[in-house]
Amino acid sequence: MVLKSLTGNHAVALAVKMARVNVVAAYPITPQTTIVEKLAEYIDGGELDAVMIRVESEHSALAAAYGSALAGARAFTATSSHGLLYMYEWVNWVSRARVPLVMAVVTRTMGPPWNIWTDHSDYYEQRDTGWIQGFAMDAQEAFDMTLQAFKISEDPRVFLPAMVGLDAFILSHTSMPVEVPEQELVDEWLGARTQGFVIDGSEALIHGALSPPEYTEGFIEDVGKAMEEAVEVVREVDHSFGRTFGRSHGGLVELYKCSDAKYHIVLMGAWAGDAMEAVDALREQGYSIGVVRVRYTRPFPGEELYKALSSSKGVIVVERGVSFGSMGPVFLDLAGNMLKYSRKLPYMRNVIAGVGGVNVTYKDFEYIAKETINYLESGEEPSVIAWYHAR
Amino acid sequence: MSKLIRVVKSHHRIPIAKPSIGVSGKTGTWRWIKPVVDLSKCTKCYQCEIYCPDNSILVEPLKGAIVNYDYCKGCGICAEVCPAKAINMVEEEQHGS
Repeated sequence: MVLKSLTGNHAVALAVKMARVNVVAAYPITPQTTIVEKLAEYIDGGELDAVMIRVESEHSALAAAYGSALAGARAFTATSSHGLLYMYEWVNWVSRARVPLVMAVVTRTMGPPWNIWTDHSDYYEQRDTGWIQGFAMDAQEAFDMTLQAFKISEDPRVFLPAMVGLDAFILSHTSMPVEVPEQELVDEWLGARTQGFVIDGSEALIHGALSPPEYTEGFIEDVGKAMEEAVEVVREVDHSFGRTFGRSHGGLVELYKCSDAKYHIVLMGAWAGDAMEAVDALREQGYSIGVVRVRYTRPFPGEELYKALSSSKGVIVVERGVSFGSMGPVFLDLAGNMLKYSRKLPYMRNVIAGVGGVNVTYKDFEYIAKETINYLESGEEPSVIAWYHAR
Repeated sequence: MSKLIRVVKSHHRIPIAKPSIGVSGKTGTWRWIKPVVDLSKCTKCYQCEIYCPDNSILVEPLKGAIVNYDYCKGCGICAEVCPAKAINMVEEEQHGS
């Protein structure tokens, strides 16, 4: 194990290199990131024995990665905001084809107006596509989650593509010391690529041809079943990663100071670190509060969240994005999933903040938490959905 | 590139199939006109066999072009490409008429 100072993007690139991918397909200009730039350097310098397919659009980038994966290659691509939107057709195709591959999504606000800062709306929009969706908090987790994404995606119980989300700039372009394991250990842990079928010319196969509705229904139903089975696979992979490399992130969710907490902040992404700092400060002021950090939005950790939040006195879901005309996607998923376990739900509110890349600090989380708790303790309920404007 | 790939059959239903004759059923029932070959004119040039999108017309070297009416959809491409004009598209007999 060595310690390297890496940006979030370079942590992802290093993990992809250590997963020994065979193919990287990417569109090289904006909104591409330094992830594929670094991978190109690795390939050029002979450090990574892979093919870089330089395509003419993101739509082709995912198509090329998919084609390579069909043929048995461990394949990777990365994108962001409008690039992700441009490949949307393939995003859906790859998962329904049940082909394992990994894509990093550096989350950025969509235009107009043009914007290069983080929010989660590009990532949220992928939630019905059938991809495993993880979201990292820091560069170390971006590294670990990328390696884990290959393992989860290639598990025969899953065979779905996996997405690793990380916030633009506040994670993608900031550095921290990252523990990098030995290559031999990664090889042993990750193992050979596994997939459900290979189209390499050795056998005649028909893939994706017209199929009657009754068959198609079955294929789609089983994407859902794979997603349900992925819940256990994500937990297992986190455990085995922890046993091998000494770091475990908690599976589908990370709980911070939750064991005795009366109130809870639920969120995902880099700003979870700020929320944890706010919780430290609030605890010193006597507030009983913890952070529930959502690590995976697909499969959605309904069971974990129910266990963590069912006896909460107040749940504050803070989100960098909103489903227009409704509420934040994590809030909606949370409320719906809680109903699977109980009709009686705790008080929950949805605070939309940091949209468009507005900087939200620990002081903002402190304010949001105090406002909510003070309302609730005085017997009043604050509005269930609210926009918070950090300045 | 690494050749270390393990293929493990999924226990889920996935959209993959092996090609076989009549995988979509007897598509000949879709037909309303059918190709009829005049074997006395057929030169066994194989154009019909090459162009047939459904592999439903095969040239037997001694006899000439033979249509598989179980799967021929009656698209008429064989008649169109036949240089000897040995294939005519004929309306299917209507039931009850």
